[in-house]
Amino acid sequence: MSPSALLVVERLSKHFGAFQALDGLSLKLASGEILGLVGPNGSGKTTAINVISGVYTADAGTIHFDGQPVGGLPIHRRAHLGINRTFQVPKPFKGLTVSENLEIAAVYSGAGRDEIGKCLEFLELAPLAGREAASLNSAQQKRLDLARALIARPRLLLVDELAAGLNPAELQRMAQTLMTIASSGVALLVVEHLLSFLRELTSRVVVMDAGREIFEGPLDVAARDPQVIDIFLGG
Amino acid sequence: MDYWAKGCGLPRGGWYSVGVVALFIVLPFVYGNHDLLFNMMMYLALAQGINVLFGFTGYLPFGYVGFFGSGAYGASLAVLLLHLPPVLALLVGAVIAVLLALLLAPLLRLSGAYFAIASLAASEVVYYIVSNPHLESLTQGPYGISLARAYDADASYAAMVVVLALAFGVVVYLRNSHLGLALQAIREEPVSAEFAGVNVVRERTCAWLLSAALAGLAGGTYAWHVSVFYPKSVFDLNISVFAIVFTLFGGVATLLGPIVGTLLLYGLYNWIGISQPEYFQLVFGIVIVMLVLFLPNGLASLLRRVNVHVP
Ligand SMILES: Nc1ncnc2c1ncn2[C@@H]1O[C@H](COP(=O)(O)OP(=O)(O)OP(=O)(O)O)[C@@H](O)[C@H]1O
Ligand SMILES: [Mg+2]
Repeated sequence: MSPSALLVVERLSKHFGAFQALDGLSLKLASGEILGLVGPNGSGKTTAINVISGVYTADAGTIHFDGQPVGGLPIHRRAHLGINRTFQVPKPFKGLTVSENLEIAAVYSGAGRDEIGKCLEFLELAPLAGREAASLNSAQQKRLDLARALIARPRLLLVDELAAGLNPAELQRMAQTLMTIASSGVALLVVEHLLSFLRELTSRVVVMDAGREIFEGPLDVAARDPQVIDIFLGG
Repeated sequence: MDYWAKGCGLPRGGWYSVGVVALFIVLPFVYGNHDLLFNMMMYLALAQGINVLFGFTGYLPFGYVGFFGSGAYGASLAVLLLHLPPVLALLVGAVIAVLLALLLAPLLRLSGAYFAIASLAASEVVYYIVSNPHLESLTQGPYGISLARAYDADASYAAMVVVLALAFGVVVYLRNSHLGLALQAIREEPVSAEFAGVNVVRERTCAWLLSAALAGLAGGTYAWHVSVFYPKSVFDLNISVFAIVFTLFGGVATLLGPIVGTLLLYGLYNWIGISQPEYFQLVFGIVIVMLVLFLPNGLASLLRRVNVHVP
């Protein structure tokens, strides 16, 4: 696609035992772009994020970030380069305060106190800054997860089902938040079940099934694609 | 980040450390039982060593005494075989403990109970090697060590004061530094810590080596102080258990928690434990059970509940 792609993933494969979770997945994503990644449960969306972010190493395939192969780097090295993510089930540092959660990432990214403050405001966490992360509800923990990733100053952000469990007003604000992040030049890979939420963000989606891409293109074309319909209704 | 509290010239917790260390400098002049004071300092230092590892990274080293024993033997053999002056020998003991920790660093890949048990097994292995009669020419095997030539009660007491100050220094540093915060992040959620940019393997190993070095120093100083000991007495599992319980009782990941825990429980041990061991075992057992049931985060968590900051 565009030569300026920030993330180029080619033919990624990953198996767990006899189960092929990723089966030759390829993706490209440019700075400032939002790509939706959809697919039925178990189709390998989270695994894709795990492999791109370094939680798992791929069995085969390559990952290039800004032209550099990163597939062999440990997580923190990828984070230093600008790859970051949120988790389907948020993983904050529960025993630490909300602001301490961000301070840790700030140490490595060089983000200052004011940047932490702005980020807390941006994600509506400022009133909770002194609270223990464990005391946050799940929507707040998701925003904290996102804040932790942002303070690391990502250039590529992989978000895994941020919308799940949010109420309509929260969804609206979260969509706005993600668009603001992308408009600052960050490439966003958005894994999402909630298609109405995704539609607000982007038109370009990749549809996965059984670890493979079965469709790439605009969301409303996907919605008319017989194979996609089949997988969502059949699966 | 207000890591370094302003105005008082010392980081948070620093004055408490200075106070406790000063107390142990002054006490020998007004209180006759110097061995008790020495042992109290030793457990205060060991409890902070446990704190460095368990409090900040979540790894519970039941075999912690392995580093203590290695330090005791490392220092003693440096005196006996290399004829080093005791103060240098203590450093050799610390180095031996750190080398052992490096050797055992792969254990950090284990988690929870597996790590606790593997570290215990490792310290048993070291004990059996050291006490093996075939090594009599090197370690004196099961017959123990005599450092009578180097015996110096006052100098070894002073050395333990320094070890204690170092142990406090390490914890005050961790309480106030990026490294300490990173270690706590690792304890809470290692994968997220990586995404925050922390090199988890490196920082965790760093805490492990620091913790081992403290135990090695304490062990060497203990060897110097008692000057005659058996392998059993410096590889005694009770040393691990005491240091762990004292630390947990007071509250981990704070400076004051392990101090208060050690003063109270080791005080109790000396008050009734020596004259009426059966009652001590009972009280000690009850304390442990109550701790696990009602105060898993130690006394410090009581204060935190009412929003008092514990240094
Ligand atoms: N660590 C693992 N060990 C074994 N199997 C795994 C592991 N991680 C994922 N899998 C399996 O790989 C498949 C793909 O999982 P993945 O989490 O990537 O799906 P997903 O598309 O994110 O699904 P969902 O929409 O439910 O989140 C699933 O069958 C899952 O059970
Ligand atoms: Mg998933």
